[in-house]
Amino acid sequence: MTTSPMLWVDDVTVSFEGYKALDHLTLLFEPGELRCIIGPNGAGKTTMMDVITGKTRPDSGRVVFTREQIDLTELSEEAISALGIGRKFQRPTIFDELTVRENLELAGSDGRGVGNTLFAPLSAGRRDAIDQALETIGLVEERRRRAGLLAHGQKQWLELGMLLVQDPKVLLVDEPVAGMTHEEIARTAELLDSLKGERTVVVVEHDMEFIRTIAHKVTVLHEGRVLAEGPMDQVQSNPAVIEVYLGA
Amino acid sequence: MVAAWRERLANMHSRLEWSLILVIAGAVLVLVPILNLGPPPQSPLRISDHLVPLFGKFLCLALLALALDLIWGYAGILSLGHTVFFALGGYALGMYLMRSIGDAGVYRSALPDFMVFLDWKELPWTWRGFDRFWFAALMALVVPGALALAFGFFAFRSRSRGVYFSIITQALTYALMLLMFRNDTGFGGNNGLTDFKRILGFSLHEETTKVALYVASGLALLLGYLVCRFVVTSRLGRVLVAIRDREERVRFLGYSPLRFKLFVWTLSAVLAGLAGALYVPQVGIINPSELHPSAGIEIAIWVAVGGRGTLIGAIVGALIVNGAKSVLTAAYPEYWLYFLGALFVIVTRYFPRGLLVSAVGWLTAGFSSGKRWLALRRGMAR
Amino acid sequence: MRRPLLTLVAVFLTSAALGDEGTLADLVNRLGQSDSATVAAAVTTLAERSEPAALEVLVALEERRLRVAQGGRVLVEKSDGSFVDPIGGGAIKPEGALATPTIDNGIRRALTPALARCRLRSTSVDERRAAAAVLAKGPPADLVPFLRERLGAETDGRVRSGLAVALAHGDLASPDPALRLAAVKAIDDAGAVALEGRLVAMRTSEADAAVRAAADTTLRGLERRVQVTRVIRDLAYGLSQGSILLLVAIGLAITFGLMGVINMAHGEMLMLGAYTTYVVQGWFTRFLPGAWGWYLVAAVPAAFVVCLAAGMLLERLVIRHLYGRPLETLLATWGLSLIIIQSVRLGFSAQNVSVANPPWLSGGWELVDGVVLPYTRIATIAFAAVVVLFVRLILRRTALGLQVRAITQNRAMAANLGVPTGRVDMLTFGLGSAIAGLGGVALSQVGNVGPELGQLYIVDSFMVVVVGGVGKIIGTVLTAFGLGIVNKVLEPLTGSVLGKIFVLAAIILFIQRRPQGLFSPQGRASEA
Repeated sequence: MTTSPMLWVDDVTVSFEGYKALDHLTLLFEPGELRCIIGPNGAGKTTMMDVITGKTRPDSGRVVFTREQIDLTELSEEAISALGIGRKFQRPTIFDELTVRENLELAGSDGRGVGNTLFAPLSAGRRDAIDQALETIGLVEERRRRAGLLAHGQKQWLELGMLLVQDPKVLLVDEPVAGMTHEEIARTAELLDSLKGERTVVVVEHDMEFIRTIAHKVTVLHEGRVLAEGPMDQVQSNPAVIEVYLGA
Repeated sequence: MVAAWRERLANMHSRLEWSLILVIAGAVLVLVPILNLGPPPQSPLRISDHLVPLFGKFLCLALLALALDLIWGYAGILSLGHTVFFALGGYALGMYLMRSIGDAGVYRSALPDFMVFLDWKELPWTWRGFDRFWFAALMALVVPGALALAFGFFAFRSRSRGVYFSIITQALTYALMLLMFRNDTGFGGNNGLTDFKRILGFSLHEETTKVALYVASGLALLLGYLVCRFVVTSRLGRVLVAIRDREERVRFLGYSPLRFKLFVWTLSAVLAGLAGALYVPQVGIINPSELHPSAGIEIAIWVAVGGRGTLIGAIVGALIVNGAKSVLTAAYPEYWLYFLGALFVIVTRYFPRGLLVSAVGWLTAGFSSGKRWLALRRGMAR
Repeated sequence: MRRPLLTLVAVFLTSAALGDEGTLADLVNRLGQSDSATVAAAVTTLAERSEPAALEVLVALEERRLRVAQGGRVLVEKSDGSFVDPIGGGAIKPEGALATPTIDNGIRRALTPALARCRLRSTSVDERRAAAAVLAKGPPADLVPFLRERLGAETDGRVRSGLAVALAHGDLASPDPALRLAAVKAIDDAGAVALEGRLVAMRTSEADAAVRAAADTTLRGLERRVQVTRVIRDLAYGLSQGSILLLVAIGLAITFGLMGVINMAHGEMLMLGAYTTYVVQGWFTRFLPGAWGWYLVAAVPAAFVVCLAAGMLLERLVIRHLYGRPLETLLATWGLSLIIIQSVRLGFSAQNVSVANPPWLSGGWELVDGVVLPYTRIATIAFAAVVVLFVRLILRRTALGLQVRAITQNRAMAANLGVPTGRVDMLTFGLGSAIAGLGGVALSQVGNVGPELGQLYIVDSFMVVVVGGVGKIIGTVLTAFGLGIVNKVLEPLTGSVLGKIFVLAAIILFIQRRPQGLFSPQGRASEA
């Protein structure tokens, strides 16, 4: 395979007041792949996402968005978001006071400027994309409901929908199934699976069952570095990984 | 194109609501003047002369409250110094009115009386151009807007939030008040600008002029309301709500909170300036005491009483509180402050959504079904 | 041959002594006469006497404590209302009405130098120093020879210095350049700022080059002294203003920083403290006039308790229900402040009330001619320092302090650990208000007390909290003092109004750069 990687985390180090969250971390993500990142608490998973999305600046290293050969560490959060890198947070951060549809509109509209939002109606294309997203996440019935009143799982999907509607090239998904019921987890797995191919999806999770259903390639982080990488079974039987999760 | 606008209008209000607005506007703008100018002096139908400017004043204050609700109720920015913009608009028009006195003043000079009194020989450069109405009117809108733009830019950029921001706005209004108190600043010092005689050639003491100003205030309020309604029902309005609730998240979505906040903040300031400009000729004076920090806080209570985030609530709240003030300060002057203070405490403690919203909730269809109705309304989109 | 001489001397002396005794009483009684010339002459003659009684009588005359009884006898009234015999000091019960002799200009003209002469001959060094200091401001011309004589005879340095300056007043215009030079030197040595004007005139009018040069150097030295003392005084004023601001701001930092509560009625706690002081003063005036000066000491715990109670009441009735909603708290507490102010207006008066300084705080420390630092200002600084230490002690060493700090950092966890959060909240709020009350006590001594007192300080104290940050007390301390000093320093340069505007503008800009203030908050108070 000679396709260049979609996203390249290149030797990134981040420390907070003496504590190394990321330690010369290097990761490669192929376009269209669905990757799972696991690791014990404090391994640096969330920090890694923060660095990619521009929320945290690394002390050293860079993050290369290879299609455009851009170093993301030099950009603002808004710029990175505009490039097509979307993030779904651990806790749903949808807007409670707006309806489901309005949430999606917010995420999926064309213009982000004052004049645009004041005067320009949604173009037909965008409207369609939003309707599509509604279907994908399965919230068509609830579209006029205040988002704050949704069930937890539905909120997670809405958030995913908001991500989808922006047509991202890379999706960073942080613990998507935390707090979900079994049915919701299954639905989410389907959802994420359907996304790969067109987009690169990176999932951070703790729930091993869930990972097993969706993952092809898994990366284990530990103390800010890559501990192991490969298919789920291989990683699960890796003694170093076992030690880190269970051991002394 | 037309279809898009029709859709926008439908977004703003239902047919029923539009009709209601029309009726109320008619009553305010048409009926009242007729009942003042039409009937003979003794008639019980007559709205007496001194009430017209009083109502006009209320309408201006309602516009001011509207301006505050726009940024507080929708963007979550509580400005406690909105009187700054109100006063700047007021001073702009006041300067025009001072200059239009001409030499009919006490000192019979081309210069305003207070300048003669201070022994000034010529008009300061800041007063140039204010002998023309259009210029003064323009300044009444531009100066508050420009100040808002500048102040807002620095304030929002530094991401100063919530309570800190409110305190800073207090400091701003306090500083301006101190500045205006000085005679050297050139705006009448602590006496301010007063003793107005004419506007656009019409005497301010004529009944017809007063009615015209009243109607102008009503139109300004109507216009202001429609503009605000347009904004909050547009996508921009929703972005504002999103910014209010989760600013960081909105940033992630690619919106620049700075621009949106700056937009409504400036719009709000311009509306406040308009309110001030219409207020001054009806009240007959503008002085730095308008800029006292306590005045700025009072506006917040008008909005809170009516129900913030509803626009109509701000208008109603302003009318109720100022109406009460007029009545009580005449009848029980010592107790007015008790009433106001108690109002602050009770409304914030027991009616955080505003008296109006709560009252409406209770009145429509009885208590329990009203509750159900409220819950349904909250769950569905308008 | 000697014996008769000795006897003669002895007789002379005794008769002189006896005779003196007689004439002293005579002289004293002559003070009660109605003829002004007689009185003036008696005054002058008394001045030559060496008896301490002579001085006392003259002082009594000047202070209008001399009384004339019906028989013409002169008595001295003491400060407690009793009467004594001027000679001997024995108590006397006067019968009948007493007249007070009038002092016209003639008598006064005689009295001033008479007192000076007496005092300068007094055996008490302090007496002489005081007299010399007074004379240094400008002696009457006829005393000059006397002063010169005394200068020669005087041993104490400070008295000599005062006398030299007194003489310099005249000598500066002397035709003799040596005398003029000596006069300039005397002014230089003593640092007598009062004569600065004369020296400035000498720059142009003085013929002698050496004297001119000396005058110039002296002038520069004097100017420096005045500058320095002015700076010290401004600093002290600034610190004293800052101390009051500090007391208000600390209370606010506690309630805002530790509890996230914006209390617009905080200024009214200051006001209540000041009014409590006023009320306590009233009680002492009515019930304990003798110990009146101590009202201030009683006012401190009184104000503390009153404001503690007020604060706790506020918290319990209003604040508690608005926890977590700072903007609503702001509005509600504003309403409360309106109510409190109006109550004070109706209960006391809409005008200012007067609170007088107790005698032990009156007066000040004269740094240099004309530059006086009132003791009240020094006292406020000291008082504030003590209160700050007290607060720090409470927060760091007591159980309550620990609980407060725990709640700030993690309320839920603290509650789980059994910390009575409701009660601690109430006490903390009360403490913050009580400290502001103490600020009010201090304020009553240096400023006006009126119903709107709190409003004046509210904006400034919020500035302090916002700039200083709410994390540590030191931030509040530094900012409060800093603000007080900056305000005071800017005052003469820009006028107090512009100065204030400058400060506000500077603060607004500062907050842009550093929204969390000088010291970052430890609690969750910064977010709305």
